[in-house]
Amino acid sequence: MSGLAFVSPALLWGLLALPVLWLILRAIPPAPLRQRFPAVVLLLGLADRDHKADRTPWWLLVLRALAIAALIIGFAGPVMNPDITERSQAPLLIVIDGGWSDGRDWPNLQNIAMDELAATGRAGQTVAIIHLTDAPSAPVFQSAQGWAGPLAAMEPAAWAPSNFSGWADLLPDTAFDSLWFSDGIDHPDRAILLSALQNAGRTEVIQSPRPLYALRPAGFADGQIVINAARLNGDGGAQIAVIARGPDPSGIDRELARLPLSFDPNQTEVSTTLSLPPELRNRITSFEIVGQSAAGGVSLTDDSLKRRKVAIISAASAAEGLQLLSPEHYLIQALGPISDLMQGDLVDVLTAKPDVIVLADVARLSETEALLDWINDGGLLLRFAGPRLAASDLAEDALLPVRLRAGGRISGGTMTWGAPKVLAPFDSDSPFEGLPIADDISVSEQVLAEPDPELSAATLAALDDGTPLVTRRAIGAGQIVLFHVTANAEWSNLPLSGLFVQMLERLTLSSRSPAQGGAELTGVWTAEKVLTGFGTFSDGTARAGVAGADLAQSLSNGPNRDLPAGLYGNDERRIALNVIGAETVLSPQVWPADTILRANDGPEAYDLKGALLVAGLIILALDVLASLWISGRLRGAALTAVMLIWLAPIDQAQADDLMALRATSGVVLAHILTGDTQVDNLAQAGLVGLGDRLSARTSIEPDAPIGINLDRDELAFFPFLYWPVTAEAPLPSAEAFAKLNRFLRTGGMILFDTRDGDFGAGMTPEKQALQLITSGLDIPPLEPVPQDHVLTRSFYLINDFPGRATQGTTWVEASIAPLDAAEGMPFRNLNDGVTPVIIGGNDWAAAWAVDDRGIAMLPVGRGRAGDEQREYAYRFGINVIMHVLTGNYKSDQVHVPALLDRLGQ
Amino acid sequence: MQSDAESLGSALPALLAEAEHLAASLMLGAHGRRRAGHGDEFWQYRPAMIGDAASRIDWRRSARSDGHFVREREWQAVQTVSFWVDPSQSMTYSGAQNRSTKRDRARLLTLALSVLLLRGGERVGLIGGGMPRHGRAQLHTIMAELAAAQSGDDYGAAQIDDFAATGRALYLSDFLGPIAPLQRAIEMAAARGIRGCVLQILDPEEEAFGFGGRVIFESMAGGLRHETQSAADLRDRYLDRLAKRKDELAQMCRQLGWLYTLHHSDQSATTPLLWAYRALEGG
Repeated sequence: MSGLAFVSPALLWGLLALPVLWLILRAIPPAPLRQRFPAVVLLLGLADRDHKADRTPWWLLVLRALAIAALIIGFAGPVMNPDITERSQAPLLIVIDGGWSDGRDWPNLQNIAMDELAATGRAGQTVAIIHLTDAPSAPVFQSAQGWAGPLAAMEPAAWAPSNFSGWADLLPDTAFDSLWFSDGIDHPDRAILLSALQNAGRTEVIQSPRPLYALRPAGFADGQIVINAARLNGDGGAQIAVIARGPDPSGIDRELARLPLSFDPNQTEVSTTLSLPPELRNRITSFEIVGQSAAGGVSLTDDSLKRRKVAIISAASAAEGLQLLSPEHYLIQALGPISDLMQGDLVDVLTAKPDVIVLADVARLSETEALLDWINDGGLLLRFAGPRLAASDLAEDALLPVRLRAGGRISGGTMTWGAPKVLAPFDSDSPFEGLPIADDISVSEQVLAEPDPELSAATLAALDDGTPLVTRRAIGAGQIVLFHVTANAEWSNLPLSGLFVQMLERLTLSSRSPAQGGAELTGVWTAEKVLTGFGTFSDGTARAGVAGADLAQSLSNGPNRDLPAGLYGNDERRIALNVIGAETVLSPQVWPADTILRANDGPEAYDLKGALLVAGLIILALDVLASLWISGRLRGAALTAVMLIWLAPIDQAQADDLMALRATSGVVLAHILTGDTQVDNLAQAGLVGLGDRLSARTSIEPDAPIGINLDRDELAFFPFLYWPVTAEAPLPSAEAFAKLNRFLRTGGMILFDTRDGDFGAGMTPEKQALQLITSGLDIPPLEPVPQDHVLTRSFYLINDFPGRATQGTTWVEASIAPLDAAEGMPFRNLNDGVTPVIIGGNDWAAAWAVDDRGIAMLPVGRGRAGDEQREYAYRFGINVIMHVLTGNYKSDQVHVPALLDRLGQ
Repeated sequence: MQSDAESLGSALPALLAEAEHLAASLMLGAHGRRRAGHGDEFWQYRPAMIGDAASRIDWRRSARSDGHFVREREWQAVQTVSFWVDPSQSMTYSGAQNRSTKRDRARLLTLALSVLLLRGGERVGLIGGGMPRHGRAQLHTIMAELAAAQSGDDYGAAQIDDFAATGRALYLSDFLGPIAPLQRAIEMAAARGIRGCVLQILDPEEEAFGFGGRVIFESMAGGLRHETQSAADLRDRYLDRLAKRKDELAQMCRQLGWLYTLHHSDQSATTPLLWAYRALEGG
C-alpha cells in the first residue's frame, strides 16, 4: 500500500510538450525596456560588446520548464500511498470500540472511518456502524451518506466496551464484511463477537500501535501523594508528564503541579511520589497525563486527598493549668493548619468517624473495644506519653504499640547523670525519612519500651542511644503510634520545633483514606461532574442520582454507561469513580492468528496535488523576479521586497511605550477588548461619540479611546474602563484579575455593560459571564442607583440612565449609611467614595456610537423620542465621566446653603 | 495645447512663489554698491569742493552750519541681464517621480534671479522675448514668456539675436544637444562685449546611468533612439562622453571669459542661485 498513483494519468502526456516549450522560449528574447532618456544623443553609435541577453538564459528556461512540469504533474493528481485495498460487494459493518482509551486517536479513527465510508459509498455498498460502548442494538445498514453525520458526531465514552455477546446476538444473519476499530485492550468476551463477525464475512481489525498510558488513582503513602501510571503497547523507555489540576485561589482551574514519569524499557507500571504543601494538595481535583486526551489518562481525586479529621482527646481537660503547658495547645497549633480538628468525649468523637484520634497522656480508656474496631477499619490512634501514662499499669493496655516499662527515665535533669538525649537520624523505612533534625532538639524524660524482638521493627524514630522515641503497631487497616514523650514541652523540646509539626503532618496523612469499601455506601449519590471520553469534564448535576450500592459495584468493576466515571457526592462525602482503578489490569488484546490486522497510523493516502501546484506557482513567481532582473527592471521591486522582508514587526516593549505615551498625553477613555470584533468596534465608536460630546459640552476633552488587552496592557493610565460583557469572552487570568483589583483600589472605575437591557429579567449568558468576572474582583455591596446619587447630578440632572435599552436597572456601590436627608436639603449627605463599578445592561456604547463623520451608527428608539433617548444616554455618559474625574464634588454643593448661613453670622 | 499652457501657467505662480522664497534667502548676503554715485538713495553729505556746481549744494543742510555741503547719492548702475532658458523637450526629463524636471529648475533659477535683480533695480529680460525692463511688473512678463517658450524639438539651440547692446547674459540648459549653436551665440555675445555665464543643469540619473539589460533609449520628443542589449555595458563609455561634453563647455567658456558651472536638479537651488547672482552682479 505504498507508492505513487495518479488520478488522471492521461494528463502526463502533456510533459511531452516541454521540449517544444523549450524551443519556443529559447527563440524569444526577453522583452526590452523602453526608456526615455535625454542623453540618448551621447549614446548614439555605442555598439554592444556582445549579444548575450539576446536569448533567454538557460537557467531561466529550466525554471520555466520546471514550473510547467510541476503544474502538469500536479493537475494529473498524484496520490502518495493510495488506498488500493480490494473491496468485496458485501455490506460493511464498522465496529468501533470507542472506550476510555480511544480519545487519544479519535480524530484519526474518524478520518479512517470517513475514508471507508466514502469508499463504500463510491462502491454503492450499504454501511452500518456500531459503537460497542453503547447498549447493544441491531446494526442498521443504510447508505454511506446517512452515516457521515452520526459518525462525525460520535464520541468515545469514558468507560470500557462491554457486553460483546449482547452485540454478537443482535448481528444479522446475512453476509457482510466488517471493520473493527479496536482499542487494543483485552476485554473479556471479545472473542465471541470476533467469531460472530468472522462467520459473517471478511473481518479486518484496525488498532493503534501507539503506546497507551493510563493513570491510576492517586493515593497516599508516608505523607506523600503516590501516582501510579500503567502503559500498554510500549516497551522502550518513555517519558510522560503528569499534571495535578485544581482551582487556584481565585477559583479558576489551573495546573498546580507537574511531575515527570519515566518508564524504563519493558516496564509497564511506574510509580512516583509528589510532595505538596497541604494548602495546595487540598485543592487538587484531578491528575492527568499531558498530551493524551483520553479518559484513561485522567484520574479524579476525592476526599482521600483532602484534609483529615483529627480528634484530640486530653485527660487534662478538667485540670486547671496555664494554656501554654497544656499538651492540647501544642497539638492544636501543629495540626490546626493541616486538618479539621474536633474535640470532645471519646464516645462522641468515635461516632463522627475521625481519621486520627490523638490521645495526649490518657492512661485509662473505657471504650477500648469501640476504639479497636475503629482502628481495625483504618483509624490512626496517635498517643503521647506523660506523667499519667508513665504512672499507670501498662502491661495489659492493648492500645499501645509496644509494652512499656513502668516509670520511664529521666536524663539530663538536675538530679541525674548524663546529658539530655538528642534524636538519631530517621531510618530509610520510617515515615519521617528525610525530615531535617535540628541540633537543639533534646529529650530529657521519656517512657521506655520493654525490650522485645519486634521493638526495632516497631520503632519509627529513636534517640541517639537507641531508645525508641516513636513506635508504631499496625492493627487491621489502621495503626497505633506512640510518642514516648509528652505533647507539651515538659519532657522534651520536640513539640516546640518545626520537626514536630512535620512529623504530625506525615503521620496524619498516612492515616487511611476514607473507606473505599462498598458496603457502607448507602443512600443516593449524585454526580457532580462527569468525565468525557476525551478526558474533559462535563457537568453531571443534570443526571439522576445513583444508589450507593450501584456506585460501590462500579467502584470495583469500573464505570459503565449508567454510571460514567466522574465525581459523585452526597452531603458528607465525595467519591471519585475513575476509569482505571488501582487494580485494573491492562493487558493487550491478542487476536487469533487468522485476523487481518492493520495499524491505524500506516502511511496515509496523501494527495500531492496541492503541494505540486504550489511549487509550480512559487517557481513561476521566481520566474517573474528573474525576468525582471534580466531586463533590468528589478531595482525598485527588489528594494520593495527587501524593505518588506526587513520591515520587522514593532517590538512589544516599544508598542507598550507608545501605548503609555498615548494613554498619558491626555484624558483617555478605554474599553476592554472582548475578542468579539463587532462589540469591540462598537465600544470604540461609542467612546469616540461620548468623547465628542464631552469635548463639545464640558471642559473634559478626551483623546481617542484605547482598547485594552487585559493580559498585556497597563491599566494605571486610565481613569475609566468601559467593559462590554460578552458571553464568549474568556475569563481574565489571575494576573489580569490582580491588575483589575489594583485598578479598582486605586480609584479607577469600570462600567460593566451586559448589553442585554435586562431582557426578560432572567439570567442571560452575559449576566452569567458578568458573575464569573465579578467573582474575581473586589466589588463592594451594590444597590440600584438611588435617586439622590451623585450620578444623577454630577453634570446634568437625570433620573434614569437609558442606553439603547431603557429598562435595565443600573447598580452602583451601596451608600455607606442610609442617612436621612437633613431638613431642607434635597439630598442625603453622601460625601465619600466614588463608586468603583457601575453595572447595567442598557448597551450604552451602542447609543453613543458614532462613525467617522460623527453620525450615529445605530438607531435608538423611534423618531423624536429616540433622539431624546440618545441625548439622555449621552447625558448619562457625561455624568459618569464627570463623576469619575471630579468625584463627589457635586455632592459637596449640598452644603452651600449651610456655609452661606454660617458666613452670614 | 491651450490646456497644456494653462496647466503650465498655473504651475508658474507656484514656481514664482518658490523663487521669491529662494531669493529672500539670498537677500541677506548681497547688497548695493556701498559707494557714492548716481542713484536715488541718500549716501552722505560731504563738504562742497571746488568744481561742484552750485545747484548740487544742499542748502538745507548747509544752513545748519557754516560750510557748504553736497548731498551725495549711492551709486546705482543699472545692469541689463538677459536669460536664455532652453525650451526643448530634453529639459522636461526627471529621473525620479518626486524630483523636479530640469526645466522647472531652470525656470526657478531664472525667476529667482529676476526677483533679486529687479529688486536691485536692474533690467531683466528673456533672450527672444520682449525688451529687458526694470520694475516688478517685468517679473510677470518673464513668467508669461517662460510659459510660452516651449518647443517640440529634442534639443534647443541657443539664440543669439535680441541681445541688449550691453549687459550680461545667462544661458540655462542641459547642453546635451549639439554644442555649435551655443558656441556661436557666446562668441557673438563676447564680441559685443557681453559677459555672462553658462549654467548646465543635469538630472542625477543622467550622471549615474543606472540602467541594465535590454533597453531601448528614446529621446524625449522621440526623435532619436538607441537600442542596446546590455545597458550596463554602455555605462563607462557613456560617462566618458558626458565628461567630455562638460569639459568642452567649460573650455569654451574659459576661452571667452564666461563662467560655467554644473548643477544637478536634486541639489539645493541656492548654490547655483548664489553663484549666478555673484557672477551677474560682480564687477
